Amino acid sequence: MRAQFVLSEIGVGLRRNLTMTFAVIVSVALSLALAGGSLLAQEQVSTMKGYWYDKVQVSLYLCNKNDAGASCAKGAVTEQQKSAIKADLNKLDVVEKVYYESADEAYKHYKEQFKDSPLADSLTPDQMQESYRVKLKDPTKYQVLQTAFSGRQGVQEVQDQRKTLEPLFNLLNGMNIAALCVMALMLVVALLLIVNTVRVSAFSRRRETGIMRLVGASSFYIQMPFILEAAIAGLIGAGFACVLLVLGKYFLINNWLQQRIVLINFVGWDAVIKVLPLIVAVGVLMPAVAAFFTLRKYLKV
Amino acid sequence: MIRFDSVSKSYPKQNRPALRDVSLEIERGEFVFLVGSSGSGKSTFLRLILREERASSGQVHVLGKDLARLSNWKVPQMRRQLGTVFQDFRLLGNKTVGENVAFALEVIGKSRGQIRKTVPEVLDLVGLGGKEDRMPGELSGGEQQRVAIARAFANRPMLLIADEPTGNLDPQTSVGIMKLLDRINRTGTTVVMATHDQQIVDQMRKRVIELEMGRLVRDQSRGVYGYQH
Repeated sequence: MRAQFVLSEIGVGLRRNLTMTFAVIVSVALSLALAGGSLLAQEQVSTMKGYWYDKVQVSLYLCNKNDAGASCAKGAVTEQQKSAIKADLNKLDVVEKVYYESADEAYKHYKEQFKDSPLADSLTPDQMQESYRVKLKDPTKYQVLQTAFSGRQGVQEVQDQRKTLEPLFNLLNGMNIAALCVMALMLVVALLLIVNTVRVSAFSRRRETGIMRLVGASSFYIQMPFILEAAIAGLIGAGFACVLLVLGKYFLINNWLQQRIVLINFVGWDAVIKVLPLIVAVGVLMPAVAAFFTLRKYLKV
Repeated sequence: MIRFDSVSKSYPKQNRPALRDVSLEIERGEFVFLVGSSGSGKSTFLRLILREERASSGQVHVLGKDLARLSNWKVPQMRRQLGTVFQDFRLLGNKTVGENVAFALEVIGKSRGQIRKTVPEVLDLVGLGGKEDRMPGELSGGEQQRVAIARAFANRPMLLIADEPTGNLDPQTSVGIMKLLDRINRTGTTVVMATHDQQIVDQMRKRVIELEMGRLVRDQSRGVYGYQH
């Protein structure tokens, strides 16, 4: 196959259908940007969940030597207090399983969660708290633990993590579903546009393809310019989608949200960079496959 | 070269078959006229040879191959050994004469060197030497048909199929085209030509195959266009 010939055919085709090509590029770019955005939002949720979120419902933070407050007035939690707390926890009916997290482990998980954030270096291992992480048989029975352990000597705080994070995750999930719906719609629009563009393209070049067929050009050779045309339009669209995502990450997250909300760890560049190749692959393959199946119908070979 | 064994062809939604039980053989190097009124099955006959259609029953052999058993992806290979010429020339109006011929060679993957050598040669052969850079629109009908013949012949096919190549041309121009086809035939290429042109058939005195309502009604060597009814 002669590359130059195919390339010039593609150039002619794309220019002939300039408006349609433009529409394909825009719709592919928007749908892929939304797809990438929702992937990143999911990544954001799992980043925020940290190590324990899916495993336990309630955390009992134990006193560290630096902690203030009534229940910690006597300094760090003692071994005696710890074993008493553990025994009492296991006695409760609502408790399914109790995990113990040492200060070192807590530091390790903390470093993992905030590895992209300046917060990572702000704490040292001896500032971390030991904790009991409790899995409940019935997650709604948080109150039982609250009344039983809150204010007890050696327990700094009883925290229901879900209570603080759940509304935020619900919001994120809601936005995610909305983004996915819009993406699905845009994807359908993009597919229909591609099908139509290829059809118009095949029709406007029916003389050429007819002659190609006549003189014995292989079907691969006849179809290739159309498929590459769609793939190139898709590639340009995917390129725009990538630019949109990178700009979104830079301006929305790095320059805006991160300045205002210091305590949340946002998705890092590595997550963005993981998403980009996926977007490009989908952006190229989807139009190419759509073109291929359209040609089977509209281009007799 | 071409063999039909009791070939029938019917199209969906049509009661009468386009071809009914046609059997014949065309040898290498022959020049054959295919005559018959419109709707007699001439076009179907040619389409079966080009494998644009498949026979409903019977067997079609072209260049030693059973077309019913030729898989789809091998059809282009088969068509490269065939040249085709049509009444409406089928040239690309936005390409020059030379580019039109070169296009046919490009799309079957010939090298640029080969194309540069072949195009002037074959244009010389059809009597259009030096008109390589003209646009088809600037040429007369006869000249355009010569370009189409050059394109069909560029790959040196074993078999040339011509569907009323003189149908759009005046008698004098037609004679020139027939001389050209005759010359191509003398190089060893088999020519099958469907035509309505009585004068040409009567003058050339070649084999004549006549179809009527899809049946083969006459196969005559050195024949004329038709009996006087």
